[in-house]
Amino acid sequence: MRLPRGVVLAVAALAVLHNDLWWWNDPRLVLGLPVGLAYHLAFCLAATLVMAVAARRLGRGGDGGEER
Amino acid sequence: MTLGILVAYLVLLLALGAWSSRRFRGTGEDFFVATRTLGSVLLLTSLFGTNMTAFSLLGASGEAYRRGIGVFALMASSTALVTPLVFLTLAPRAWALGKRYGFTTQTQLVRDRWGSEGLGLALLAFQIALLVPYLLIGLKGGGITLAQITAGAIPEWAGSLAVSAVVLAYVVAGGVRGTAWANAAQTVIFTLLGAVTFWIVVSSFGGLAAAFARVAAVEPELLVRGDRIRPLELLSYLAIPLSVVGFPHIFLHWLTARDAAAFRLPVVAYPVCVAAVWLPSVTVGVLSAAEIPGLAGPEANTVLIKMIALHAPGVLAGLLAAGVLAAVMSSLDSQSLALSNIVTHDVVRHYGLHDRMSDRLEVVLGRAFVAGVLGIAWLLSVVIDSSIFRLGVWAFSGFAALAPLFVAALFWRRATRAGAWASLATAAALWTAFLVRGWSEPGYTVAGSGLMPVAVMVAAAAVVLIVVSGLTRPPSAARLARYFAAPDPGPARPRT
Repeated sequence: MRLPRGVVLAVAALAVLHNDLWWWNDPRLVLGLPVGLAYHLAFCLAATLVMAVAARRLGRGGDGGEER
Repeated sequence: MTLGILVAYLVLLLALGAWSSRRFRGTGEDFFVATRTLGSVLLLTSLFGTNMTAFSLLGASGEAYRRGIGVFALMASSTALVTPLVFLTLAPRAWALGKRYGFTTQTQLVRDRWGSEGLGLALLAFQIALLVPYLLIGLKGGGITLAQITAGAIPEWAGSLAVSAVVLAYVVAGGVRGTAWANAAQTVIFTLLGAVTFWIVVSSFGGLAAAFARVAAVEPELLVRGDRIRPLELLSYLAIPLSVVGFPHIFLHWLTARDAAAFRLPVVAYPVCVAAVWLPSVTVGVLSAAEIPGLAGPEANTVLIKMIALHAPGVLAGLLAAGVLAAVMSSLDSQSLALSNIVTHDVVRHYGLHDRMSDRLEVVLGRAFVAGVLGIAWLLSVVIDSSIFRLGVWAFSGFAALAPLFVAALFWRRATRAGAWASLATAAALWTAFLVRGWSEPGYTVAGSGLMPVAVMVAAAAVVLIVVSGLTRPPSAARLARYFAAPDPGPARPRT
C-alpha cells in the first residue's frame, strides 16, 4: 500500500513534534497534568487521528501484497 | 484475598484455553497461524497484549519514580507513533506474502527472498539468541513480582512454574487461537488494573492538581524533563519501537489476520491503548515520590506494588497480581509459540522431514516444542541470576537493528543477498559491541551524549545494506518476479 502524501507529511510532522524541546523545563499544569505529560497524551491522540486516516486504505484494491 | 483472585484468574485462562481448543481444526496451519482467520479485535488484543510486558506496569512506574514524567515521552508516545506505523506499512505486505507462499517465520521469508540458506540460518540463530533472554526476563520477573505481592507466600520458583504451566495448557490446547483469546482477556485485565489504580491513587491525593502539587513540593524535577532526560535520548528512543519489525512473535500474529483490512483497528487503536496503559503507570510512579521517598536502584520498580498496598490493599492487590501475570503471560505465550514455530518449521521440517511432515505430526511437534521451550525457560529462570534482565533489555535493540533487513526484504527490489548479509552482520556485530560496552555501565549512551545505541545500530544496518546492495549484482529477474511487479517501462517512445 502506498501512503498518501498527506499521511507521509503528517507522520513526519509527528516525528518532529515528538521532540518537544519547548516544554523541557516547564512545570505548569494543564488539565491537571504537567504540561510535558499532557502534551504527549495529546500526541498519542494525534497519532490515532493520523493512523485513522491512513488505515482507511488498508485492504482496498488488493490483499496488501500489491508490490508484486 | 490476593491468592483467591490469582487462582480465579488462572482458572479463567484455563477455561479460555479449553474453549478455544474446541475451535481448533487439528492442522499445523491452524495451530501456528489460526488458518489466517482472526478478525480485527482479536488481532488488536493479541498484538497489544504480546507487545506489552510487565515492564509497562512495574518498570514504567519505577522509571517514572526515578526520572519523572519524561518517561511517557521516551517510551509511550514513541511507541504510539512507530508501532502502528509498522503495522500499517509492513504487516499487510508480510501477511500477504505469508499467505501466498505459506511462510510462517521471518527466516522463510528472508531465505526465499534472497535464495540463501546461510542467510536464513544466521538470522535464525541471531533471533533465537535475542528471544531467549527476552522470554526469560518475563518469566523470572513474574516470579519475583508474585513473591513480592504475596509477601513470600508464593515463592519465586513456584510463581514462575504456575505461569509456565498455565501458559503451556492454553497454548497446547488452542495454539495461536488459544493465545489470541487469552491475550484478549489479559489485555482487558491489565488495562483495567491501570485505570482503577490511577483513579484510586489520584482520588486519595484529592485530585490530579493536588497530587502533582505535593510532588512539586518534594521533588519538582519529576514534573519536567530537566537533566534527567536528554534531548538526544528522546530523539533516539524513536528507534526502539522498531523492534516490532524484528520480533518473531509479532510476525506470527500478523500472519493470523483474516485479511489486510483486519489491520485497520490495530493501526488506529494502538496509540490510544498505549496511552491507556502507560499514563496510569507513569503518573502513579511520579506521585509515589511524594509518599514513598528514598527508593533506589531496582527497589524503585516496586513503587506500584507499594502504592497499592498503601492505598488499596485486598482486592486491588489481587487485581495487581492478576494484571502483572496478564502482562507476563500475554508475551510469554506468543514468544514460546514463536520459538516452537521456528524449531518446527525452520529446523525440523526444513533440515529434516521436508514434505514428510504430516499435519498431525506438525501439531504434535508444535505442542512438544512449546512444552520444551517453557520447561527449559522455567529451569533457567530458577538457576540464572538477575543479570539476565540487563541482557533482556538489550534484546529490544537487537530486534530493532533487524528492521532495515526486513523492510528491504518486503519493499526494496534492488536489495541484494550480499547487502542483506552485510546488514545482518553489522546488526549482530554492533549489538555485541554495544552489549559488551554497556554491560558494565547501566544507562550507557553513545559517548555519554544521550544517543541510544539502537539508533546507531539501525542507521548502520541500513547504510551498509544500501551501499553493499548498490555495489553488488541485483537479484535475478525470476526471484524478483516472486515479490515485485515488473517495473513500469514508462510511456512508449516513438522510433526516430
